[in-house]
Amino acid sequence: MTNAWTDIKNTDLVVIMGGNAAEAHPCGFKWVTEAKANRGAKLIVVDPRYTRSAAVSDYYAPIRQGSDIAFLLGVINYCIQNDKVQWDYVKAFTNAAYVVKDGFAYQDGLFTGYDEVKRDYNRSSWDYVIGEDGYAVVDETLQNPRCVWNLLKQHVSVYTPEMVNRICGTPKDKFLKICEMIAECSSPTRTMTSMYALGWTQHSKGAQNIRAMAMVQLILGNIGVRGGGMNALRGHSNIQGLTDLGLMSNLIPGYLTIPTEKEADFPTYMSTRGFKPLRPNQMSYWQNYRKFFVSFQKAMWGAAATPANDYAYQWLPKLDVPSYDVLRAFELMHQGKMNVYFCQGFNPLQAFPNKAKLAESLARLKLLVIMDPLETETARFWENHGIYNAADPAAIQTEVIQLPTTCFAEDEGSLVNSGRWLQWHWPAGSPPGEARTDSFILANIHLRLKELYRKEGGAFPDPILNLTWNYANPEEPTADELAKEMNGYVVSDVLDPNDPTKKVLEAGKQLATFGALRDDGSTAAGCWIFTGCYTEAGNMMARRDNSDPGDTGTYLKWSFAWPANRRILYNRASCDLDGKPWDPSRKLIEWDGTKWSGYDVPDIAPTAKPRDVGPFIMNPEGVSRLFTRGMMRDGPFPAHYEPFESPVVNVIAPKIKGNPVARVFKDDLAQFAETASPEFPYAATSYRLTEHFHYWTKNNHVNSVLQPEFFVEISEELAKEKGIANGGWSRVWSKRGSVLAKTVVTKRIRPLVCDGKTVHIVGIPIHWGFIGAARKGFGANVLTPYVGDANIETPEFKAFLVNIEASAGPASA
Amino acid sequence: MNMELSRRAFLRTAGAGLAGTTLGAMGFGEVEQAMAAAIRPFKLANTTETRNTCTYCSVACGIIIYSKGDLRKGERADITHIEGDSDHPTNRGTLCPKGAALLDIVHAKTRLTRPMLRKAGAASFEPISWDEAFDKIARAMKDDRDANFVATNKDGVTVNRWTTTGFLAASATTNETAWCTYKVVRSTGMLVFDNQARV
Repeated sequence: MTNAWTDIKNTDLVVIMGGNAAEAHPCGFKWVTEAKANRGAKLIVVDPRYTRSAAVSDYYAPIRQGSDIAFLLGVINYCIQNDKVQWDYVKAFTNAAYVVKDGFAYQDGLFTGYDEVKRDYNRSSWDYVIGEDGYAVVDETLQNPRCVWNLLKQHVSVYTPEMVNRICGTPKDKFLKICEMIAECSSPTRTMTSMYALGWTQHSKGAQNIRAMAMVQLILGNIGVRGGGMNALRGHSNIQGLTDLGLMSNLIPGYLTIPTEKEADFPTYMSTRGFKPLRPNQMSYWQNYRKFFVSFQKAMWGAAATPANDYAYQWLPKLDVPSYDVLRAFELMHQGKMNVYFCQGFNPLQAFPNKAKLAESLARLKLLVIMDPLETETARFWENHGIYNAADPAAIQTEVIQLPTTCFAEDEGSLVNSGRWLQWHWPAGSPPGEARTDSFILANIHLRLKELYRKEGGAFPDPILNLTWNYANPEEPTADELAKEMNGYVVSDVLDPNDPTKKVLEAGKQLATFGALRDDGSTAAGCWIFTGCYTEAGNMMARRDNSDPGDTGTYLKWSFAWPANRRILYNRASCDLDGKPWDPSRKLIEWDGTKWSGYDVPDIAPTAKPRDVGPFIMNPEGVSRLFTRGMMRDGPFPAHYEPFESPVVNVIAPKIKGNPVARVFKDDLAQFAETASPEFPYAATSYRLTEHFHYWTKNNHVNSVLQPEFFVEISEELAKEKGIANGGWSRVWSKRGSVLAKTVVTKRIRPLVCDGKTVHIVGIPIHWGFIGAARKGFGANVLTPYVGDANIETPEFKAFLVNIEASAGPASA
Repeated sequence: MNMELSRRAFLRTAGAGLAGTTLGAMGFGEVEQAMAAAIRPFKLANTTETRNTCTYCSVACGIIIYSKGDLRKGERADITHIEGDSDHPTNRGTLCPKGAALLDIVHAKTRLTRPMLRKAGAASFEPISWDEAFDKIARAMKDDRDANFVATNKDGVTVNRWTTTGFLAASATTNETAWCTYKVVRSTGMLVFDNQARV
């Protein structure tokens, strides 16, 4: 989230699209209710299903899953055509005026530079014209036909209300009503918030779904303000933290990146991370990258990271492919190229697409290590559970070690919520049996591996032997010790250059802010964006003062929010060009002539003069981007692409299937249904229920009683057409697998008409498996396609094709 | 120690007052009042109250866990009750159908209680000690790493990567566990490393 759950009360309009907060985030959704009751805010819900969020909305419109970009670009087109733009904001705080290179163009669904064989673009033309002064060329009058604004206007012009109706199936009058409601928020004194979740991310163009709405929000001037923002509701309790800490193939904590093999040495690596400002006076905060990186290396390898060895740059692995994400991991496993795999609190056999492929892959491992508080299907993938998991244990040679871990109630530490608050929690109970903390397990694995390398030698042992491990009990680092390390500390004294008798930083002290980090090895910090969470003043994450001066919803003394305890990102943009709040009744910060101050920690240097320094300080432009240069693989603007399995052809670009640059493995391509396939005629989607959380709560008696068994949902029209009774069994199958389910026939799902064709929707909740307190059932992932988003490989769980028929149910039922 | 304000005292003094405030006019106030009325202080007098966070979604509702016994005194502590934390700014004491049933996940019959091993081709798990498990894992990692570690690529560039062993990280663990995990995994040169952000 750019904002926070408690900030939603400040909004005038909530748009829930790509999520279902009332059911998936019920206690956060209460802030929508607050805004409705106290501010007269309205709620719009756009979803293929009439969800419980829709049930309490002021306006609902249906949409075919996987067509959100067409809808949102249609909204942008409406705003431009009807002059519903917050012009001061757009001109000063976005790159609307930046002039784009002549080579850049978009035609027939493709941007300039497409290579069909590589399924990738040469993105060199997707950039600004750079002037002789070294800065990007801008035309503040917006007259230049090559400026971003005019290119955007042209790009979205095809998404008329009629075209939106053809692609999305959303009735034109409903679409226009929503456009009108959204467009009202172009006023500087009206704000809209976007609440989204996996309904937007789980598509082969998920990142562009979110970009499209971010562009709407920028055009309306809704980023950085109270009650505005792009608010990812997020899933698991610490998925924000795991992402912040870079537990991904290509990340270093704090959104730094692992080198690629093109970056043979440290100077080459740094050469593309200089982030020279693209306009005069801009902060371009990533200019400090080297400080964050060197401090990270010092946290990892301490005294062994020296200037002479480029702070152990070569001790990091280098990537030969963009990422080793889970989909690639299971593909490699399937090809027999992986031997050992760890699953920590993760049940991939249920959580990733194409269960049959996942099970085959696991069976090709030598060793699978499970760390979990609970039994999982993954740990027992080799066990035969009939139709729910047909397996022949004798034929599966994989060894499985299953290690019992503590759960939240027995563990101490911090979790990052959707609003970036790091909240500390304390252990309340003794773990069951021999269960131990994850830190104990990882420490023991590390210590034993290190001992083997010390005794036997072996492949490049240096990074293992020299890993900083100075914990009081090496077998179990405490949460406090680890938190202090993430926050960062002073490695060696730093003297004041003007008065060498004074120490600016004193060795051994905790750092107060990432502004103090240095690139000469004198500071160490595991995760620079968390710096400030555990200072000399103590554990800031454990703070529990719920006072809220001004009733703004910022709660600055409750826990700690990254970065720098800031509660609303880009909050400089809540003020006009001169630093006065756009809406005085929703003041957040303000320029008083000499400095910025207010209810939140300013997201700008405290003394940065308003007209000099732009509000988007991380960007070299100092402004936000309506045109994102070459930073996304599938285009500097979003464009409509159909899901890889679609009931209709792409109306905009009929020759293109799916996202033209999404990675597809060869064997998986053969397992996609044809576009508009008569064999698989129905558009399926998957989702969660309010009573369940993924595959955990089926272990919970109460939740299993509330929602005991697997079911699918279809419309009355489809039920009639297929002769399926409400409550009766049906068989649902895709090109990858088949499931048996009870059928809920509902008015909450209705067929849509897309470009003259009736599209029926099949809804598939995800929560069942063959382990736990609930009845055995099928996972939705038996059916789903093995393809991810073009930029970050999130699987396309939300839009695929199936067929359905009435069934007698399982033989034993 | 982590309870700066007695929750029940807070409810007694503030519960009624809330009715007249912004919050009282909306969803949360009634819940708090109802909770305040429902609490019988004597019933939980002998339990330890601990602040924690709901383990499910990222709304991160504050909860209070009641245990018999106190870990801070070195005692064994058995969790007897879990409820919403009324002082928490986000959830104000409320919980959803998942959060309200947290006690049952802590005590689920399918909680794991001891290390287990499933041997190649076996039809069941068998117990194994922690020591044996750790030695087996470390040995398997070392053998695989020594056999498959790539120090330089075909162009002679130092790449120091290991791609035949992978790690899928949890996303309900703490930041501190995650940082510990990062250190252990990355120091081996492992690249097949991912988390639950996508699902």
